[in-house]
Amino acid sequence: MEEIKSQLVKITFDGIEVEVEPGTTIMQAARKIAEADESQAALVPPAMCYYKPLPTSGGKCRACLVRVAQGSAKDPRPMPKLVPSCITQVQEGMVVENTTNQAVLDTRKSIVEFLLINHPLDCPICDQAGECHLQDFAFEHGSVKTRYEEDRRTFDKIDIGPHVQLHMTRCILCYRCVYTADQITDQRVHGVMNRGDASEISTYIEKAIDNDFSGNVIDVCPVGALTDKTYRFKNRVWFTKPEDAHRDCEKCCGKVTLWYRGEEVIRVTARKNTWGEVNDFICNTCRFDKKKTSDWTLEGPTKVKRSSVISANKYRADLVKKPDFALKLAATQFKNIDDSRPYVTDEDTIRHQSIENNDKANHRSLLSKNN
Amino acid sequence: MAIKILTEHINVPGIETFDVYRQKGGYTAVEKAIKTMTPEAVVEEAKKSGIRGRGGAGFPMGMKWGFLAKPDGVPRYLVCNADESEPGTFKDHHLMKSIPHLLIEGMIISSFALGANKSFIYVRGELMYVIRILEKAIEEAKAKGFLGKNILGSGYDLELIVQSGGGAYICGEETALLESLEGKRGNPRNKPPFPAVKGLYQSPTVVNNVESIANMPWVINNGGEAYAAIGIGRSAGTKLISASGHIEKPGVYEIELGVSVEEFINSDEYCGGVRKGHHLKALVAGGSSVPILPAHLIMKTANGEDRLMSYESLSDGGFATGTMLGSGGFIVFDETACIVRNTWNFARFYHHESCGQCSPCREGTGWMEKVLHRIEHGHGSMHDIDLLVDISKKIEGNTICPLGDAAAWPVASAIRHFREEFVWHITNPKEASLPGAVYQGAMELV
Repeated sequence: MEEIKSQLVKITFDGIEVEVEPGTTIMQAARKIAEADESQAALVPPAMCYYKPLPTSGGKCRACLVRVAQGSAKDPRPMPKLVPSCITQVQEGMVVENTTNQAVLDTRKSIVEFLLINHPLDCPICDQAGECHLQDFAFEHGSVKTRYEEDRRTFDKIDIGPHVQLHMTRCILCYRCVYTADQITDQRVHGVMNRGDASEISTYIEKAIDNDFSGNVIDVCPVGALTDKTYRFKNRVWFTKPEDAHRDCEKCCGKVTLWYRGEEVIRVTARKNTWGEVNDFICNTCRFDKKKTSDWTLEGPTKVKRSSVISANKYRADLVKKPDFALKLAATQFKNIDDSRPYVTDEDTIRHQSIENNDKANHRSLLSKNN
Repeated sequence: MAIKILTEHINVPGIETFDVYRQKGGYTAVEKAIKTMTPEAVVEEAKKSGIRGRGGAGFPMGMKWGFLAKPDGVPRYLVCNADESEPGTFKDHHLMKSIPHLLIEGMIISSFALGANKSFIYVRGELMYVIRILEKAIEEAKAKGFLGKNILGSGYDLELIVQSGGGAYICGEETALLESLEGKRGNPRNKPPFPAVKGLYQSPTVVNNVESIANMPWVINNGGEAYAAIGIGRSAGTKLISASGHIEKPGVYEIELGVSVEEFINSDEYCGGVRKGHHLKALVAGGSSVPILPAHLIMKTANGEDRLMSYESLSDGGFATGTMLGSGGFIVFDETACIVRNTWNFARFYHHESCGQCSPCREGTGWMEKVLHRIEHGHGSMHDIDLLVDISKKIEGNTICPLGDAAAWPVASAIRHFREEFVWHITNPKEASLPGAVYQGAMELV
């Protein structure tokens, strides 16, 4: 026991000491802290491109940049630049600053800004809303203003294969789907074409993606760029109820999450952990063809993070018979509302503030460019 | 007459053929190295010479060779970076097309020093005719027994392969070059691991610039100490400078490091002065990515010392009042050049050449280009200037590879030194957006 303990590496992350296996990344060390103490979840650097089940992913989005104030016990010099925590391995005695360092937080804010300048701000009509990593990232770290006044890059929607639709306009080029195809399917037929902000995920001359595990690209996509054609726009995710289930599948593990609307299974996905990463990849038969409760053995409701909009307890809202008194109560309470309180939407508030602050750029962009 | 290491015989007719090159003392360094020296001794000479990487970063070459991991049973590779595509830099192109055997001789010596049996020259895709020249030269060297199996009876084998790039600036970044060489999309890799540990095909690899490697024959013939004696301080040896812009004699010049900038611009041996009837306004000293210098900081540093063509003197004062020697792309601007338009042009280049892998560079380069385009065409507003500075700060240092920095520096430095010109564009949109309009305000000219 003593021996095993001596092999562990001790690092300090935002002032909290944690011991991890050698070769662990800073990100995993931070997640270990949060897994031991849920109240520390906010310490964990956000990950837009890194995906633990896909080795070699990460390092691209720069959302998880942290400052290493002390490289290791042997070489205590700080690292000259911010480092991506998802791929930087820990060293004995390393001191990492994440939420305690203003430069890190400022950089993160700018990464949100960079990711959003070419991403449409139309969450209300996006199928991914509610389970979108970019939405969460922007909500937690972004600014309410935009400084971008130019046109955004847009693409037409493309059907890639029978089950998956690609809307490149929403893509943030995290490369997760490329790694998925590389690592869990026999032959990758899609990849990134072109360069810079003209890069796009594409199949070569729009060749269809057709293999048993292609549907996993939908699960790994952090935004609404790759969507399930059998589920697309059928429902908002917070009105559906997730249940864990399994079946004997000869191709995959058969462990899935079923998403119910009432008694109907409207979507099947792989099970995801706290960090939004799938536990096991599933095959297309389970995902697209088995959409009856009788196909599955139910295990019980899926555990959903309290902070998630999915857990807002609204699912089945349209089916549960509402008691009459609720409506009456609402009617009486409504009369008691103080009319002097401004009754406006968030967008109106921002617009109003920006006019007050004489912030023309923001005002203009909210009025005209918010597509 | 200044010393010439690389270009001494460059104008000899027929120097591109093996026989003429051999007559002029070519391939004696290969004979000396392979027959009388050990690989370690060659590396030692490179270290003694103090030669620094000529591709732009200026990292000591001998030290880089020293970092190469040497695990048993794993091949090691030498890759020559001939993907020269920086605006304003054209020295390697000149060297390879004129005197290809110099590079090949350098490659043989360097590969021998590093224990590489397969080496690559990765040439920019646009230079197809240079690739043919190099391939022909390799055939000749092979026929004479300087390449292939059992070179000069020493038992050392070397295969030299010329690979064409696909026409992307980013593939001049060493890890993107390796990806491209492996047949993949040319995206830079995250570092660490560095190529010296895991490079081409996950094997230890050294990537060197054409000019660095082409210096090796001279270093072997004359000794590392003789090379270190040339130049000034830690800037040893000579450097090819690609001079362009508003000068009388644009072209590639070999200078001894330590020549003053004033001499380089005004001497008839080199640029021949700013074009007649015009005045010096600004200088980009080392290729489009380095910070631009205004007239009053070109000849003298901020301390009033003479500015020299050396790594140290050009970077004197940091980015506030200095720049970098970079790859030696020396672009001179006279008073007819519009700095805003030029900055936009550079930004457009980096926007076009960003690989699109990491967010700050992919989105930030495009954003900067659009804002600069707006200012240049008379649609800018005052807060755009600070916005540009802020974007460039947020890109710099936060990207996977140095392309982000290279895109940010010219914009930040142009605003630092020529802010009034940006302001003039914004306050006089009609005038500024006319073709050829240049700010004529109170700027210092030399």
